[in-house]
Amino acid sequence: MSDKKTPLYEEHARLGAKIVPFAGWLMPVQYTSIVEEHQTVRNNVGVFDISHMGQLILDGAGARDWLNMMLTNNVEKLAIGTGQYTLLLNERGGIIDDLIIYRIDDQKFLLVVNAARTGEDFAWLQNHLKEGRSPGRLNGGLETAAHCNLTNRSTEFGGVAIQGPRVAELFRALFGNDTELPARNHILDLPFDETRVSVAHTGYTGEDGIEVFFRATDAVKFWNAVLEHGKPFGMKPCGLGARDTLRLEMCYPLNGSDLSPERNPIEAGLGFFVDLTKPDFVGRDALLKTKESGPREKLVPFRMKEKGPPPRPRYRVFRNGERIGEVTSGTLSPSLNWGVGMAYVSSAHAKIGSEIDIEIRGQKLPATVEKKPLYRKPAS
Amino acid sequence: MIIPDDLLYTETHEWIKREGDNIRVGITDHAQSELTDVVYVELPKIDRQANAKEPIAVVESVKAASDIYAPAKGTVVEANKALEADPGLINREPYGEGWIFVL
Repeated sequence: MSDKKTPLYEEHARLGAKIVPFAGWLMPVQYTSIVEEHQTVRNNVGVFDISHMGQLILDGAGARDWLNMMLTNNVEKLAIGTGQYTLLLNERGGIIDDLIIYRIDDQKFLLVVNAARTGEDFAWLQNHLKEGRSPGRLNGGLETAAHCNLTNRSTEFGGVAIQGPRVAELFRALFGNDTELPARNHILDLPFDETRVSVAHTGYTGEDGIEVFFRATDAVKFWNAVLEHGKPFGMKPCGLGARDTLRLEMCYPLNGSDLSPERNPIEAGLGFFVDLTKPDFVGRDALLKTKESGPREKLVPFRMKEKGPPPRPRYRVFRNGERIGEVTSGTLSPSLNWGVGMAYVSSAHAKIGSEIDIEIRGQKLPATVEKKPLYRKPAS
Repeated sequence: MIIPDDLLYTETHEWIKREGDNIRVGITDHAQSELTDVVYVELPKIDRQANAKEPIAVVESVKAASDIYAPAKGTVVEANKALEADPGLINREPYGEGWIFVL
């Protein structure tokens, strides 16, 4: 299968971006420099093409209750126009995907999912719908599943993330001085140049930011407006390289690296987004067991003790010569100019301050388990 | 960037400059731009014996680590210590101050 192009592909090429295949898409990894783009987001504001991400819509009278059985967080807590981070699990409690669910109307929900998992998520949900059942002990599934409709709208929509401390100024330049930025985790439909776009106050960088979704046919128009209006604020287009270093400094997990169907949310440190008080959801039984016995391994952030080679995914982790885990994300943090990463290590060594060794080309180099996030903005 | 024509080039994107019996080795402008921001360089030890096509240095960018190969059999006589403090020299001056080692 050949790699897909987002509606902004030609714009990236025109800007001289370095394009790489990612999750079945041809995406810009950088335009000028990962480090420069990273600093732009930390200091000013940057724009990312996120059109590769998937959009699934679920609507119908049963949508809320059915989704509450398919996802870990509590959908009942979602007011119309708000979103929440949540997880889609398999029966073993393993993570199929992490996503944001927005309630866009009383009976209508938007799921923004990872590009690499869009097809899989859709098939998983569709199969559960078709079987006319919701899993688990409560047999109420039949009733609710019959009253919802799932559609994959990914190719119809494009999206950008606009992230950085100057996002509010840019937002006003784009949407008018009288338009209010939606509150954090809220989503709002706004008019833009004879069309409408959805603006969510969310992000994946640790900076203030918005994510904007629009019809694929409006993508180029919106992208160029952002670049044009962004000039006075030091705006730059930013690639997946900077997106990865920014999220890693904040310890936001990346599906496929830090999360997988072999890992559950308790091991991954995402228990906050799992509501075990819900009577049922896929994976709940498995999670209760993990919770009772305690996870064997935990995902922890770490920082190298000395300046040296940066840690990388799949490097092995040791303690006193004994193998205790594996790195899942690692890089040289552009903000700290220091090697940092995340690793699954055995729970005994997962405490903040634990001393661990990362094996880099045969040498065991010391590191320390840190508190999240790895980078904190200096108080301004 | 002017690509120097007094150099030899390898298939793995190193450049080679003859200096009497020695060769000075770095990576090409194309290679540095593919690697992106270089953040760490692991230099070979002085006096290390290397065979042709043996990986003897590592250049690391934000994204990944890449091996640098000895273009010929030889002994390392110099390594560019300046890269330890300023690995970005490889991006800025790939054919000049960003050289990596001498065999």
